[in-house]
Amino acid sequence: MAAKAATSTFRPDLVGRATIDAFKKLNPVALMRNPVIFVTEVVAAVVTVLFVRDLLAGNPLLFTGQIMAWLWFTVLFANFAEAIAEGRGRAQANSLRKARTDTMAKRMASAKDRTALQSVSALDLKVGDHVLVETGDLVPGDGEIVEGIASVNEAAVTGESAPVIREAGGDRSAVTGGTTVVSDWLVVRITAAPGSSFLDRMIALVEGAERQKTPNELALTILLVGMTLIFLIAVVTLTGLSSYAGAAVSVPILVALLVTLIPTTIGGLLSAIGIAGMDRLIRHNVLAMSGKAVEASGDVDTLLLDKTGTITFGNRMASEFVAVQGVTETEAAQIAVQASLADETAEGRSILVLAREKYGISVPDAPQEGSTFIPFSAATRLSGVDLGSKTIRKGSVDAIRKFVRETAGREVTEPQAFTQAVERIAKSGGTPLGLAENGRFVGVIHLKDVVKPDIKERFAELRRMGIRTVMVTGDNPVTAAAIASEAGVDDFIAEATPQDKLNYIRNEQRQGRLVAMCGDGTNDAPALAQADVGVAMQTGTQAAREAGNMVDLDSDPTKLIEIVGIGKQLLMTRGSLTTFSIANDVAKYFAIIPALFVAAIPELGVLNVMGLATPESAILSAVIFNALVIVALIPLALRGVPYRAMDAATVLRRNLLVYGLGGILVPFVGIKMIDVVVSGLGLS
Amino acid sequence: MTVVGWLQILVILAAVVAFAVPLGAFMSKVFANERTFLTPVLGPVERGFYRVSGIDPAREQGWLGYTLGMLAFNAAGFLLLYLLLRFQGVLPLNPQSFPGLSPHLAFNTAVSFVTNTNWQSYGGETTMSHLSQMAGLTVQNFLSAATGIALAVALVRAFARSGAKTVGNFFADMTRATLYVLLPLTILTGLAQVAMGTPQTFEASATVQTLEGGEQTLALGPVASQIAIKQLGTNGGGFYNANAAHPYENPTPLSNALTIWQMLVVSTALVFAFGRLVGDRRQAVAILSVMGLLLVTGIGIAYWAEAAGTPVLAAAGLDPTGGNMEGKEIRFGLAASSMFAAVTTGLSDGAVNAMHGSFTPIGGMVPMVLIMLGEILPGGVGSGLYGILVIAIISVFVAGLMVGRTPEYLGKKIEAKEMKMAILAILILPTAILGFSSVSAVLPAALSGLGNAGPHGLSEIYYAYTSAAGNNGSAFGGLSANSPWWNTTLGLAMLLGRFAYIVPMMAIAGSLVAKTKLAPSSGTFPTHGPLFVGLLAGIILILGGLQFFPALALGPIAEQVQMLAGKTF
Repeated sequence: MAAKAATSTFRPDLVGRATIDAFKKLNPVALMRNPVIFVTEVVAAVVTVLFVRDLLAGNPLLFTGQIMAWLWFTVLFANFAEAIAEGRGRAQANSLRKARTDTMAKRMASAKDRTALQSVSALDLKVGDHVLVETGDLVPGDGEIVEGIASVNEAAVTGESAPVIREAGGDRSAVTGGTTVVSDWLVVRITAAPGSSFLDRMIALVEGAERQKTPNELALTILLVGMTLIFLIAVVTLTGLSSYAGAAVSVPILVALLVTLIPTTIGGLLSAIGIAGMDRLIRHNVLAMSGKAVEASGDVDTLLLDKTGTITFGNRMASEFVAVQGVTETEAAQIAVQASLADETAEGRSILVLAREKYGISVPDAPQEGSTFIPFSAATRLSGVDLGSKTIRKGSVDAIRKFVRETAGREVTEPQAFTQAVERIAKSGGTPLGLAENGRFVGVIHLKDVVKPDIKERFAELRRMGIRTVMVTGDNPVTAAAIASEAGVDDFIAEATPQDKLNYIRNEQRQGRLVAMCGDGTNDAPALAQADVGVAMQTGTQAAREAGNMVDLDSDPTKLIEIVGIGKQLLMTRGSLTTFSIANDVAKYFAIIPALFVAAIPELGVLNVMGLATPESAILSAVIFNALVIVALIPLALRGVPYRAMDAATVLRRNLLVYGLGGILVPFVGIKMIDVVVSGLGLS
Repeated sequence: MTVVGWLQILVILAAVVAFAVPLGAFMSKVFANERTFLTPVLGPVERGFYRVSGIDPAREQGWLGYTLGMLAFNAAGFLLLYLLLRFQGVLPLNPQSFPGLSPHLAFNTAVSFVTNTNWQSYGGETTMSHLSQMAGLTVQNFLSAATGIALAVALVRAFARSGAKTVGNFFADMTRATLYVLLPLTILTGLAQVAMGTPQTFEASATVQTLEGGEQTLALGPVASQIAIKQLGTNGGGFYNANAAHPYENPTPLSNALTIWQMLVVSTALVFAFGRLVGDRRQAVAILSVMGLLLVTGIGIAYWAEAAGTPVLAAAGLDPTGGNMEGKEIRFGLAASSMFAAVTTGLSDGAVNAMHGSFTPIGGMVPMVLIMLGEILPGGVGSGLYGILVIAIISVFVAGLMVGRTPEYLGKKIEAKEMKMAILAILILPTAILGFSSVSAVLPAALSGLGNAGPHGLSEIYYAYTSAAGNNGSAFGGLSANSPWWNTTLGLAMLLGRFAYIVPMMAIAGSLVAKTKLAPSSGTFPTHGPLFVGLLAGIILILGGLQFFPALALGPIAEQVQMLAGKTF
């Protein structure tokens, strides 16, 4: 995707557009969505009026003029932060939008008749319309395939150019507007009205145009409004108090005090943080239906993970060869190799890999001349090879027993090692595969679900963050338990039916836990809807995609773990910058308060701990610092604070130290440095 | 500062904690409606009250019903007290034949006692009949305290329950707080105060011959019964004008220690009860640690400032090692006076055993700041607990995000609704204090009441509104407040500080009680342990400091730096 290249925050093309947008966003009606910056704009306007008055009266202008300029900069910097975040999203949206424009649809008069077609604009389609999509056509809208099978290029949505098969019925019956049919034809029933399709929602989300405040953002905004009101009270009442003390303060200075105290830093960066969080998710090829879902993913307590594909590789793999008495392990392995040379199944290939890697057997590229491969069939439950008189078979234990009996033409005593190995493997959760040559037992191949190599560490990471992992599998409880303990999950649901999943989620939620899961089938839909975070796979059915609140375009169930991380990082970034913003006020007080009153009460000069040059330069430096810190923090807001999997107490200690204590100390240094420059340049 | 001084302070604090632990356990039983050792005696009395007033204690109320019940009850209490004060002249038990109070004074006083403020614009022994003192003021001392406890218990239930609708029955909670907690403690400690020399009589006065041979009239009355609940219920309204500095109200260093203990014990026990009711006593320890940490810091600063004295006193030839004894009783000394000043304002008591206005500017700023911080250290009975829980909600919200989860406190998610109400609640104090102070600072009608000029005069203004809005009731001294402007605006400040805070606080309770209690995990923001203690203390200081720093810079801070330069007012 286009925006994937946008690693640098301040790309020149984005900065130009964002700068223009920053000015456009000065429109007070639009700015009211952001109360802190709106207040800043209002007081900047007040100071501007005073500046004009001074200009006309011929009063000194330098100080008021600079205060005025920096107040406007504060507003512009905040607007710029939002604009640049939107710009990054827009770059992505533009590539999506190309796919949407002017699609023409072939609307069918009835779902049955593929000849009576009417050409209409995709924008005129209604939910329930049937359309025919043929080779080379763009799918005109989101829908469900009612007839046909076709390969579809979904690169416009997923960025993946290899076409995928879509067909009526089953779990692959959904199509997305904007994708292209590259072969065959489909009859699609439209399920989303124009403007509310998947692609439309995606564009709106990344652009940030129709962005709704998420619940946590709303609560944080209330806090920021509260802080603003508190400081408004403190500053307004200062007029009466200071006039009592004979230290009356001019309006520009009161305004300067107000703007440095109200939380402009987090106020200015808040929406940029939200947009960037959404953007980060899209960079991982996950599309959230709402910002709310992103936040909820940070809160998840329990992850429901499908065993296959997430915890284990999709297929069972050979992990050992057991030989019976009189046969060496290597011999058994060699016989297994012969039986599997032409076996194209994943199990078959894994036998070759094991033989090569563990037993050092050189595996020929092709079967010997004159050998006949016997493929696996559900009836025989065997596969193997016939080499002249030699017949080699591998397959289910019962089938092998039958094969040996029939080939030998009599009852053959089963070697003890064979029986024991079969029992042991079954008990450990693996699948024993019998191996026989002619009329004798040769050994047993241990097939097992192989747990992905790094998955155990990831679960340990999650556990440190307080997240329980639950494995969902169709396996029997013995097999499930064995894999669960090997993978290190906290719990498992064996022989899981969709109802089991739903019940498990409900039960967790009753105990006050938030649950995330991913799924793709239509029968996953109820559980996806019930889960607090439901991630549907892009390859899944329309029903699953509608039920979930996120869609993973890569259809990678492991992604759930990343999604949780992104949600947490979003909240952490907000919290850290809020803390930083509030902590900054301490230093600003020590800059401004002595400056305000030192003329009337010279002894208050002792509060000027930074040793700022003059009252004017002190006030100016605080205002400048306040404006510049917004710009300085834009990269952090967009990138998010560094995030690692740690328990809450450790994270809190670390972030409190960096953003709390740092927030108190940094402005002391910053304001002092600006003061040196300001007074050095003679600006005050 | 001396070792003996600090020992006094620590012994009293240790005695408070030692008694508060079992008292907290007892209170948690009382409010869980479990049987206690007092049930056989008080159970029939309690049921009698319910029968007479037609209350079904088992029928619980939602937050709104609870709040409305509380408001109606307090409105009725206000009206009764107002009428009693206006008409005390024609009512019995008035041996000195005091006339009824003026409308603005009666308004101010009635509001003052109903809101647990006990600001006194009047001199008790020269204004109030025995009936007003006993049936009016002392009754409200009980009821305003019981109201605070009931409200705190309602908020605690909101945290303890999961997905519920009701927070308790106000009338039952209030009755239980009075009968099982306040009444027995008042009887016990009141008797102890009588034993230490506090009068308890219907006599109006005693006339005695002084050593010089002159005649002196000593005001008497039912003193001990009133001052026991005045301290236990963190009311603070004295029988005498001089309050706890008066030798009959507070005769000895031992009675002084007892009254400090009385002030602290119920609020502290309530925190322990909170821990038991939410099922996690570590939470109580954390909250109490914050309270203790900041309170002891306050005591320390006041003690240090007073012991350091002032260069002006030294220049006048006084022994600098004696510290600043102006406005303090010799029988209590620096340590006990500094501790009393900090405790009475860290709580919402307002009794004084020394004149805060005569402290050094920084020493006098300590009680002022302790009220400005919200009177949550440990705060008034009930009001301290619900006050610090509201700040905890804000702290958890700010810092809780930093662990990457929607903030939660005690298993309840903190969302927009709670933030809105918490912000409304914490806006009350700066609005009332700074708003009224700013107007008074330029209003001639207000300025005429000031006793001093310059920053000290400003401190008098701050202190009055701070004390009123914080429902503290202590006076700085120097301000003549018995005038229509002061009586009316201070009365309004008291009403705002009490009820405008309670309504949003109860709305939080209503919202929280309905939420599912979330199970804690290692990803949950930990609200116990030193990290949270530091965080909560930091937020309390920063939040309070940021609001009031500019104002304080013009008042006590300016006065201190000028005093050090040799300038006084």
